[in-house]
Amino acid sequence: MGRYVLATLMERTQLAEGIFSAVLRAEEIASAAKPGQFVCVYSDDGAHLLPRPISICNTDVKSGTVRLVYRVVGFGTEELSRKEVGAKIRVLGPIGTGYEKVSEGKDRPIRIVIGGGIGIPPMLLLARKWCEECYEVHAVMGYRNKDTFLIDELSGYAVCHIATDDGSVGTHGTVLDAIESEGLLADGRDGKTLLAACGPMPMLRGIARLAGERNIPAYVSLEERMACGVGACLGCITKTREVDGHSHVHNARICTEGPVFNVNELCLV
Amino acid sequence: MNTSVSIAGVVLKNPVMTASGTFGSGMEYSEFADLNRLGGVVTKGVAVTPWEGNPTPRVAETTGGMLNAIGLQNPGLDVFLERDLPFLQKYDTTIVVNVCGHSEEEYVEAVARLADTPADLLEINISCPNVREGGIAFGTNASKICEITKAVKAVAKQPIIMKLSPNVTDITEMALAAQDGGADAVSLINTITGMKIDINRRTFALANKTGGLSGPAIKPVAVRMVWQVAQKVSIPIVGMGGIATAEDALEFLMAGATAVSVGTANFNNPGVTMEIVDGIEAYMRRNKIEDIRDIIGCVR
Ligand SMILES: Cc1cc2nc3c(=O)[nH]c(=O)nc-3n(C[C@H](O)[C@H](O)[C@H](O)COP(=O)(O)OP(=O)(O)OC[C@H]3O[C@@H](n4cnc5c(N)ncnc54)[C@H](O)[C@@H]3O)c2cc1C
Ligand SMILES: Cc1cc2nc3c(=O)[nH]c(=O)nc-3n(C[C@H](O)[C@H](O)[C@H](O)COP(=O)(O)O)c2cc1C
Ligand code: FES
Repeated sequence: MGRYVLATLMERTQLAEGIFSAVLRAEEIASAAKPGQFVCVYSDDGAHLLPRPISICNTDVKSGTVRLVYRVVGFGTEELSRKEVGAKIRVLGPIGTGYEKVSEGKDRPIRIVIGGGIGIPPMLLLARKWCEECYEVHAVMGYRNKDTFLIDELSGYAVCHIATDDGSVGTHGTVLDAIESEGLLADGRDGKTLLAACGPMPMLRGIARLAGERNIPAYVSLEERMACGVGACLGCITKTREVDGHSHVHNARICTEGPVFNVNELCLV
Repeated sequence: MNTSVSIAGVVLKNPVMTASGTFGSGMEYSEFADLNRLGGVVTKGVAVTPWEGNPTPRVAETTGGMLNAIGLQNPGLDVFLERDLPFLQKYDTTIVVNVCGHSEEEYVEAVARLADTPADLLEINISCPNVREGGIAFGTNASKICEITKAVKAVAKQPIIMKLSPNVTDITEMALAAQDGGADAVSLINTITGMKIDINRRTFALANKTGGLSGPAIKPVAVRMVWQVAQKVSIPIVGMGGIATAEDALEFLMAGATAVSVGTANFNNPGVTMEIVDGIEAYMRRNKIEDIRDIIGCVR
C-alpha cells in the first residue's frame, strides 16, 4: 500500500512540446515502487481536491527519487510545471498492482513493451526491470509526430521501434503497424513473446485483438478518473469478464487491482 | 476533557466519523488513519445482493468539490458480513453500517439480517441521487420516509439513523417525518444533485449525466440544513457535507450536530480524519472547554 508523503521537486525538464519530466525525492516511494505502479499528486489549491494519478517512469533508490513524465492537459499538470525546484509536493504512492502480477506467459523470453503517447513513460521502468532480468526486450513507441521523447533512455534497456501518425519518424502508422513491419512476431517469435502496453484505449483494443488472434499473453495499463486512489471510492472501475474477487461484481478497481490487467480479464474487445 | 458523545445510547469516543462511500470499509484507509482514534467508521452502502453500480466516468472534479455517480456498487451483505465487518471489529471504534436498497422490502431485509451482527448503529441511505429506484425516490417524500423508518425500526436491533437528502424544499419536514417514524437519529446531508459538462468531449462529464456534489463547496448548505433541523427535532443529528478541517467540524457541532462525518476530504488527504480529531482537542484546550457536549448546538 502507498505512503502519503511530502516529496521535494528536485529537477524538472521539458522533453517535448507540452511534455515534462519531474524528479521527486520521496525515499519510501522510490524504494517500494514496482513497474506499472503510479503515484497520486495533490494540488496545493483548495479548489482542486482530487489527486492526479501519474505513472512511475523510473526510480533511483540511491538518491531516493522517483521520476514522472507527464503531459500538461489541465490545472494539476500545469501547476506541476510551474513549481520551482525545491518545492514540496504532497504525493501518495506507490499505488496499484503493476507488472508483478504477470503470471500467464511469465516464462516467455521475449518481452515487447508498447507505449502510445503519454503511455510511454511507465514502459521505461518496466523495460529496465526486464532488461536487468536478461529478457530480450523490445520497445515499440507511438508518437503523433517527430516531437518524440524518452527514446534515448529506452534504448538503454530495449531495442527501440518507433511509429508516428504522420510518418515523420519510423513506421508511418500505429504501434501495431510497427510490430508488423519490424517483424517482431515473425518466424515463430510470437510463441515466445509477452506483450505489455500502455496508451489510449483504441491502441489497447488493438493490442488485445492482436493478442487474441496470435494467442500471445498480453498485459495492459488502464486509465480512469480517480477520486481516492486507495480503493475506497469505487470511482475508477473497469468492467471485468468474471466476477472480481474484491468487488464481487464485474468491476475491478483500476487503482488497486490495476492499473495493469491481463487483457483476458477485461472486456476490451 | 471529555470528547465523547452518544447517539441513542451508543457512545462514540469523539464526534468524528467517516462518511459512507468515501472510506470504503475502513480497510482502505487503515494505513493512513488510526481507526482506533475515530469516533466511528461508517461503511459504504450495502444491500442484500451485490450491485454493479453505474458506468464510468463515475467521478469528476468541480471547483472546491466533486461529483460522483458510483451507483451504490457493493458486494452484497454476505460478503460484507464475512469480510468487512470482521475487519472493523478488530478496532476500538463504533461501527456504523450504511444500508441501501431498491425497495422497502430490501431495506427491511438488510436491517433484519444485520440485527445480530457487531454493527453498533445502522444508517439508512434513503437519499442517494444516483440510483433510480432506491434512495432519492424515498428520500424526497415525507410520508415515504415515515413509512420506511417505521418498517426498518420494526425489525432493527440497533439504533437507526435516517440519512436525509438535501434535494428537497424543506429538509426539516423530512427530518420530522423520520422522527415521527421512530428514527433514533438523522444524518445530513447526502450529496446535492449536480451536473458537469466536458466541453472538449461535448458531453456529460459523468456517464450517469447527473451526480452528487460533495466537498467544501457544499458546506454552507449543509451547516444551514443541520442548524434548521436542530431547531425542529429532538433526536441527535450526524452532520456532514464538506468537512475538511477541525474548524469545519466545530461549525457543525455548534449548529447542532452531535457527531460529524468526514467524506470527500479523505480523498485530498488520507490522514485528514486524524488532523480533525487532533484539531478539535486543540480547540477545546485552547478555549478551556471541558466537555464537547457544551458546544453542541450552542448556536441557536
Ligand atoms: C493510472 C494512471 C496513470 C497515469 N499516468 C500518467 C503519466 O505517466 N503521464 C501523464 O501525463 N498522464 C498520466 N495519466 C493521466 C493523468 O492522470 C491526467 O492527465 C491528469 O490527471 C490530468 O490532470 P490535470 O489537472 O492536468 O487535468 P484536468 O483536466 O484539469 O483534470 C481534471 C480532473 O480529471 C482528472 N483527469 C483528467 N484527465 C485524466 C486522465 N487521462 N486519466 C485520469 N484522470 C484524468 C484529473 O485527475 C482531475 O481529477 C495517468 C492516469 C492514470 C489513471
Ligand atoms: C464517492 C462517494 C460515494 C458515496 N457513497 C455513499 C453511499 O454509499 N451511501 C451514502 O449514504 N452516502 C454516500 N455518499 C455521500 C457521503 O456519505 C456524504 O453524505 C456526502 O459526500 C457529503 O459529505 P462530504 O462533502 O464530506 O463528502 C458518497 C459520497 C461520495 C463522494
Ligand atoms: S480511485 Fe477510488 S477506488 Fe480507485
